Amino acid sequence: MASRLMALWDWVDSRMPTLGEEYRKHMSEYYAPKNFNFWYYFGALSIMVLAIQILSGIWLTMSYKPDAALAFGSVEYIMRDVPGGWIIRYIHTTGASAFFVVVYLHMFRGLLYGSYKAPRELVWIFGVLIYLTLMGEAFFGYLLPWGQMSYWGAQVIVNLFGTVPFIGPDLAVWIRGDYVVSDATLNRFFALHVIALPLALIGLVAAHILALHDVGSNNPDGIEIKKNKGPDGKPLDGIPFHPYYTVKDLAGAVVFLALFSVVVFFVPEMGGYFIEYNNFVPADPLVTPAHIAPVWYFTPYYSILRAVPPLFHSQFPGVMAMGLATMILFFLPWLDRSPVKSIRYRGPYWKFAVTVFVITFFMLGYLGTEPTTVWGQFGFDAFFLDTPDVATWGARVGTVIYFLFFFLMPWYTARDTVKPVPERVTS
Amino acid sequence: MSDPNKPDRARRSLLVATAAIGGAASAGAAVPFVASWFPSERARAAGAPIEVDISNLAPGELGIFEWRGKPVWVFRRTKEMLATLRKVDAKVSDPKSDVPQQPEYAKNENRSLKPDVMVVVGICTHLGCSPKEKGADAKAELGADWEGGFYCPCHGSKFDLAGRVYKGAPAPTNLEVPPHMYLSEGRILVGEDKKGA
Repeated sequence: MASRLMALWDWVDSRMPTLGEEYRKHMSEYYAPKNFNFWYYFGALSIMVLAIQILSGIWLTMSYKPDAALAFGSVEYIMRDVPGGWIIRYIHTTGASAFFVVVYLHMFRGLLYGSYKAPRELVWIFGVLIYLTLMGEAFFGYLLPWGQMSYWGAQVIVNLFGTVPFIGPDLAVWIRGDYVVSDATLNRFFALHVIALPLALIGLVAAHILALHDVGSNNPDGIEIKKNKGPDGKPLDGIPFHPYYTVKDLAGAVVFLALFSVVVFFVPEMGGYFIEYNNFVPADPLVTPAHIAPVWYFTPYYSILRAVPPLFHSQFPGVMAMGLATMILFFLPWLDRSPVKSIRYRGPYWKFAVTVFVITFFMLGYLGTEPTTVWGQFGFDAFFLDTPDVATWGARVGTVIYFLFFFLMPWYTARDTVKPVPERVTS
Repeated sequence: MSDPNKPDRARRSLLVATAAIGGAASAGAAVPFVASWFPSERARAAGAPIEVDISNLAPGELGIFEWRGKPVWVFRRTKEMLATLRKVDAKVSDPKSDVPQQPEYAKNENRSLKPDVMVVVGICTHLGCSPKEKGADAKAELGADWEGGFYCPCHGSKFDLAGRVYKGAPAPTNLEVPPHMYLSEGRILVGEDKKGA
């Protein structure tokens, strides 16, 4: 039997040697550093969540109707009448939040170990493009259930484009295909969500991995393992991705799927953070919900949007600040001037900056889920207080810190004290 | 026979010409795809102007009509209500309506064609919620100096009885006055004016 299989493989290999070559290049002979730790699970997990989303998404389209009159009902139909419909939908809604959980952790790993620094700038840039595409994918998908939060969330986000000087109102009409968010908007968002952006995502993920495999993986020590090769030309500190890391990632996947299942089966709404309560009410263009908040993964940027006061009777500055907050990620490889990659060998400036940045990011995220009155109001009045809401001022301070982290980075990374980096990876 | 080490100028020109024409053709082919995102003829028809009958609107009454899926408020203000506008001039951020949130013919002290009848789109200029009418009796809720107007429950923007935004509100501009004109004494066409909008 085994010899028959070998013969079959030889038959394929002699006709399409690419298959075996690519398998060796990316799996069995791709040498990854041997000191990967906990933080290195999240790249593989992101790919797994992408697969889960594509599979559950295909099944959802089989019963969903992208029609303003039918969409809300078809989602209820999936939840109540389609066999297995409820679990497939909850897998998809939980998967959306899980995608951002693993991607945020994956990005944070890059920050910890300087994985964006030379020669991995392109890996990072493809990663940021994946992140932005994922945000678009999440936004378009959120309109599809056609609940109140779907509708008004889309209304608010499309109106952001309406603030662009001169062409804004026409641009917003062009995006919606109507003068308000309507059936035309729902139909095109469906097309973008199920075809256009998933295709782009898959292509970007492929580019991300190919770029990574050309330069090789970074590691918690930030050491280039290709600098220390054995007589066989293989990195001394490297081990083949397959079977070593496929097995390790499999163990991570088991733990991840256990946690994922807990959410799917017991808390699919996650207290209103994964599925917002207002989305159980059908979209009504004439009634706005009292409190509009985006899903948790957008809230840090939503906070930045709300924090910037209107200038010259235009909200555009806030929209610009929000856009800049995401676009600045592209420049991270060049803003960081430190001679070492990993936080293990960096000095106090960097550790302080990263700590403050993480706290700020969480604070902005929290404030974005709450009304601006969540922290009460100042008891005094002053000429500079355009709003008495404490939380708005909190978000303003947070926004300034967010940008200072990036804008001051060339300064504090170049002046930081660094420890000597060892020649070989530590175990 | 030309030198194989030098580029053939004639062939290079052909290449450039092919690339240029191909590029232009691609740009042309993109036109229907971009145009396809604009509102369809059906959506345009649904966005057509509406006729509003205000002959039964009593002084102090607010009529709400749907135009392009948005609430349009037609509000017949009393003399007392118009008098409050002068009292709040100092408290609103754009008292003279300098920001073009209204057609030229509504850029006046009452933001309306006829002094008493206000026509505005009832959508907050902040993030698109619909404010609620709050009379002068809502002083307990909105402060002792509240003269009546509109209050947005989403983010707390306040507007006066001419749809002018109060200072310190998150909304950046006054409520929008849509293009409109009188067909007769009691009938208004919303969505079109004499210039053809």
